[in-house]
Amino acid sequence: MNMLSETAVEKVLERKMTNAALKMSGKDVCVFYGEKQALYNVNLDIRENTVTALIGPSGCGKSTFLRTLNRMNDTIDNCRVTGRISLDQDDIYDPSIDVVELRARVGMVFQKPNPFPKSIYENVAYGPRIHGLARNKAEFDEIVESSLQRAGLWNEVKDRLNEPGTGLSGGQQQRLCIARAVAVSPEVILMDEPCSALDPIATARVEELIHELRANFTIVIVTHSMQQAARVSQRTAMFHMGLLVEENDTDKMFTNPDDQRTQDYIMGRFG
Amino acid sequence: MATSHIVSAFDEELKFLTRRISEMGGLAEQMAGDSVRALISADTALAQKVISDDVILDAAEREIGEKAIVTIAKRQPMASDLREIMGAIRIAGDLERVGDLGKNTAKRVVAVRDTGVPRSLARGLEHLCELAMNQLTDVLDVYATRSVEKANAIRERDDEIDSVYTSLFRELLTYMMEDPRTITTCTHLLFCAKNIERIGDHATNIAETIFYIATGAQPEGERPKEDLSTSVGATGK
Repeated sequence: MNMLSETAVEKVLERKMTNAALKMSGKDVCVFYGEKQALYNVNLDIRENTVTALIGPSGCGKSTFLRTLNRMNDTIDNCRVTGRISLDQDDIYDPSIDVVELRARVGMVFQKPNPFPKSIYENVAYGPRIHGLARNKAEFDEIVESSLQRAGLWNEVKDRLNEPGTGLSGGQQQRLCIARAVAVSPEVILMDEPCSALDPIATARVEELIHELRANFTIVIVTHSMQQAARVSQRTAMFHMGLLVEENDTDKMFTNPDDQRTQDYIMGRFG
Repeated sequence: MATSHIVSAFDEELKFLTRRISEMGGLAEQMAGDSVRALISADTALAQKVISDDVILDAAEREIGEKAIVTIAKRQPMASDLREIMGAIRIAGDLERVGDLGKNTAKRVVAVRDTGVPRSLARGLEHLCELAMNQLTDVLDVYATRSVEKANAIRERDDEIDSVYTSLFRELLTYMMEDPRTITTCTHLLFCAKNIERIGDHATNIAETIFYIATGAQPEGERPKEDLSTSVGATGK
């Protein structure tokens, strides 16, 4: 009886997840670096308050796709994006879109922790300052504290907020970068292999953090670790040679995937 | 298992599990068959062999369990690899139970040796045993070939064993009512018949596990049930 009701609860949660509102959506997305095409007609929906993992072998286009979501590809000279990517139905490649504002709404955490060469406090306050999110010291203090709290770093750094961010350990630096991303109250957080430079304990902390952040943010994470994708995400998208080959519930993806290429990749077989 | 793993040692570990399951299957099959032969021919030496072979089967099950755990820890298997390993653990458990049931039958050989097994009951037991052994042999073949259709066929056939068991149950009751001096022997034989029927159930479990390994889905629908012995003797029957 107990088991039945638990399954029922899970089913409801699952339905809630599959019915979650669309936050971002890619339609027929193609990306070219000069003559070379890196992505072919990718159609992928990113649901609100869901962790979506992008997996696939090196060079499959997963990071390229991630970077189209906040126009990080704009910084690459010969990169061209076609198709439509929307955030709450607005085309983010529309000429009227302010890219700085877009990146405040769609934040990013990179593979290597990259704190600014400033104090821990300034690292977190920087974004709110340039976006004018706080008016006085008290408001900045509040944003800094709550962001560091959310990133699970507050207790470790509260007594040394004026020390340089670069003096923290790798795992702490990565959580500082997450605090920095969270500080501007983004709606979506993109993470490009956020744990690949961290040890297992720091990785576990970041994964726990991702789990908590999901309540307030929509998260898209690129990871090379299949186990990590299985642990942190609810939806998984598998890329291969510039194609999106399968998108599925994570539980299904790692126990019984539909596509042979996914199967071969996650099981570490010759494809 | 169309393609190989990039890490070939992983393939070796999976092959090891498959090979040990096949070996366990062979031994369990032999123990179950021998136990019924020992019962009918009152062969206490053969019964003793079945009893002592159970230790080997138990050790094999533990070995498979331990290797499976180590493989999961080392390789963190996904998808069909994971189902394969979990399936091996479950099948090893079923085969170990088959051995236990054979051993239980073998232990009863001494108790029924003096009175012997009446001819008509012996025929019934042999028939039941033959059906169960066929199921076990077939399911072990299916494990080697991973044929989903055949796994389903085995599952469907279990009702035949159930109905033979039910009629044997009625027959034993009749014997006991006719001649109360046979109650001791017949009660032992009743347990033996039940043991054999349970072996059929384990074969069905294994078929379902193989279905899951191959497809990632649970077999659909209730399995057919013809074991009506639970209501034999009930008022109105």
